Amino acid sequence: MSAFAKSEANETFVLNLGPQHPATHGVLRVKLTMDGEYIVEAEPVLGYIHRMHEKMGENRTWAQFLPNTGRMDYLHALAYNHGYVSVVERAAGIEVPERAEYLRVITAELNRVSSHLLWFGAFILDLGGFSPLLYAFDDREHILDLLESVTGSRLTYCYFRFGGVYNDIDDNFVPGTRAFIKRLRDRMPMYHNLVTKNIILMKRLQEVGPISAEMCRKYGATGPVCRGSGINFDVRKHEPYSIYPEMDFDVPVYDQCESMARYMVRMDEIEQSLRIIEQGLDKLPEGPVMAEKVPKIIKPAKGDYYHAVETARGSFGVRVVSDGSNTPYRLKLRSPTFSNLSLFGEACQGMLLPDALALMGSLDLVIPEIDR
Amino acid sequence: MIDYLREIISGTWSLFVGLGITIRYFFQPVVTVQYPYQTLPMTPCFRGHIELTKDEETGETKCIVCGMCQKACPSNCITVNGEKREGVKGKVLTEYTLDFTKCSLCGLCVESCPTAAITFSKDYNLAGVRKEAYIFDLKKRLEAKN
Ligand code: SF4
Ligand code: SF4
Repeated sequence: MSAFAKSEANETFVLNLGPQHPATHGVLRVKLTMDGEYIVEAEPVLGYIHRMHEKMGENRTWAQFLPNTGRMDYLHALAYNHGYVSVVERAAGIEVPERAEYLRVITAELNRVSSHLLWFGAFILDLGGFSPLLYAFDDREHILDLLESVTGSRLTYCYFRFGGVYNDIDDNFVPGTRAFIKRLRDRMPMYHNLVTKNIILMKRLQEVGPISAEMCRKYGATGPVCRGSGINFDVRKHEPYSIYPEMDFDVPVYDQCESMARYMVRMDEIEQSLRIIEQGLDKLPEGPVMAEKVPKIIKPAKGDYYHAVETARGSFGVRVVSDGSNTPYRLKLRSPTFSNLSLFGEACQGMLLPDALALMGSLDLVIPEIDR
Repeated sequence: MIDYLREIISGTWSLFVGLGITIRYFFQPVVTVQYPYQTLPMTPCFRGHIELTKDEETGETKCIVCGMCQKACPSNCITVNGEKREGVKGKVLTEYTLDFTKCSLCGLCVESCPTAAITFSKDYNLAGVRKEAYIFDLKKRLEAKN
């Protein structure tokens, strides 16, 4: 804390950040106790768009919950699809054809790239730079077009089904994706020149917003937040699911614990995702995209099942308890951003307000997913 | 001191590099589309609201009023009704209403239909001022097309 933060009279005031604020990316409210420009205490207030997804899931059939999964984290909807279908497939013992698994991974990774691009644009926007957002959206648009041509929608995908995927890819998808990979690889140096090496960005992110590895463990932070604090944890590597074990990719880890480290993790992850997509396209087998003999009405055997996937924001886990009927008895969703946000209160103590907003941006919050 | 000066110089240079990129892109072709005047083609896979399909032979709907779509829909958007008519096998469709205000375009109804009687339309220009405008009578829409 700087000398400014310790005013003699100990005068503080409360500042409401949100629920409608351009820097909070949605309806998040943070109650800040301020001493001048410095934060004394920060308390996130949640629940503004709570839609009780868990309870909704317990009141519909297993298949009817599918569209909900795409609406929690609307930026990386396919990973949420993946988590839910995987846990139900595990529960009901459904085998998924190989081609379907490849398509799932390819589309989910494309979706991850689009999520990171959007984060990149919005994050720089938080810091006050407008134009990088437009560059990022230009690239993201290509991904949305590609995904639209296979999934039928552009944002809240509902593409995966129990036992496979909704439909097969068209002829343009493979060449289109390859062209996109080449395009984005060509543009990444441009992003680094335009943004990463920019002195203003460096000054605002380097050595600002420390989150220690211990704090990550304490709050259960996952994804790029913990990888920016030197913890090498990625569900795709450490509890591999789907066809990730066959893929050759690295997990970028930075141990500077600052906002810049989290920024770099995500920028490097874009390249790693492109590598996964490329390998997936190379190995893409022929065959059906839907398992035969998937029962029309799914009734998983009694039991308790859990499956975690790595989303763009961290580890997303679904726990279902089945009582053998056609609706889940209990559906628990572990959302990564909820844990990532909970460390904000501790991490931003004694920080300048603009730095705290940079820290918040580097957490990559998606509010509908926190509230669920 | 030297470091300080070096930082000022490299920092200023980084701003010029960024400016150079912006200027280069300024002279490149426009990537956006002037929407109402220009439109992009929709992909064949686009999922709009659902629509009844036509049987090529009879020109009528293929719906057999089994109610599977109504049951599959997570948001209860679909109301199907039919009646028995003399001389016709099975039921005849009398009502097919879609409450588009609740539809999430998930596609579960289309997948559950045994006769492929419904499909996705390609309408995306949907704007209105009244809620009632989104209660679609799909049977009427099909008849209007004939
Ligand atoms: S697309 Fe989904 S929400 Fe819409 S009518 Fe069909 S089943 Fe219901
Ligand atoms: S599932 Fe198909 S055939 Fe059955 S009621 Fe719906 S539209 Fe008609």
